[in-house]
Amino acid sequence: MHIPDGYLSPQTGGVLYLIMAPLWITASRIVKKTLKARQIPYMAFGASFVFVIMMFNVPIPGGSTGHAVGGTLVAILLGPWAAMIAITIALVVQALLFGDGGITAIGANCFNMAFILPFVGYYIYRFISIGSAKKSFRRAFAAGAGAYLGLNAAALLTGIMFGIQPMLYHTSDGKALYCPYGLNIAVPMMMLEHLLLFGWVEAIITFLVIRYIQKEDPGLLI
Amino acid sequence: MKTITKLWILIAILAILTPIGLMVPEYFKAGAAWGEWGSDEIKKLVGYVPKGLERLSDIWAAAIPDYGSSKISYIVSAILGIITIMGLTFLLGRFLGKKE
Repeated sequence: MHIPDGYLSPQTGGVLYLIMAPLWITASRIVKKTLKARQIPYMAFGASFVFVIMMFNVPIPGGSTGHAVGGTLVAILLGPWAAMIAITIALVVQALLFGDGGITAIGANCFNMAFILPFVGYYIYRFISIGSAKKSFRRAFAAGAGAYLGLNAAALLTGIMFGIQPMLYHTSDGKALYCPYGLNIAVPMMMLEHLLLFGWVEAIITFLVIRYIQKEDPGLLI
Repeated sequence: MKTITKLWILIAILAILTPIGLMVPEYFKAGAAWGEWGSDEIKKLVGYVPKGLERLSDIWAAAIPDYGSSKISYIVSAILGIITIMGLTFLLGRFLGKKE
């Protein structure tokens, strides 16, 4: 899901930086107001967890690979705005140090994985867990369901960003300038992979970690 | 033991296990993630390398591209990445965190 350099036009990449700018500013303001000093180690943990979990590539035999993100888990522990900052830190380090995700696509990748993913995941978690006890099974299930849908929402947006490229940017003889696959291929490919496999990996990891936290330290759950 | 200490132990274990993320896809003969192909692969897939993609794909030279693609380099990259992320988060936290 890390869009590399060259797959999006500079215009698309630029617009997504512009969309992310006010979101990053809002996140900083909200986090400044609400984050307590003792939560900062949890934020560092969240960013590190997201970073390291994405190194566990899951294969589709004979096909492509994908991975979990863990963004919904971080949002459940810290709130979606702090999660947005934590995931952004992980994505920036991945792009700059390891070339995982392009530098022209940091805005796009943050929009998908640091904004859409934790917000969709978090609010679905909140909705399904309304009125449930902190240690209840329903709450852990809600976390898993939120994680599944959050990752798939991010995959859908990624597919759309890829898919609009050949429509918008091509040479006069019809050759693509950036991502060569249109919406009719990019969206189904991204969605199939994530609906059938990677979303489940994300859901199971989130469910298990929340189950563990429920047992060890339920006060951490929002 | 505090919960946060246990969570850091989890991170350390995950960092040591990261080569699994390299070995398992190799075993199942799985390639790059969808939409993350290099120029050679994309030429095989669609018959040409899109001009803009070719121009932009080398815009940034990462220190350790693709985490080095070996078992040892995966672990080194994981540790390096985690230390960088911890440093950045604590630094940012000093600006954003509220004193209690």
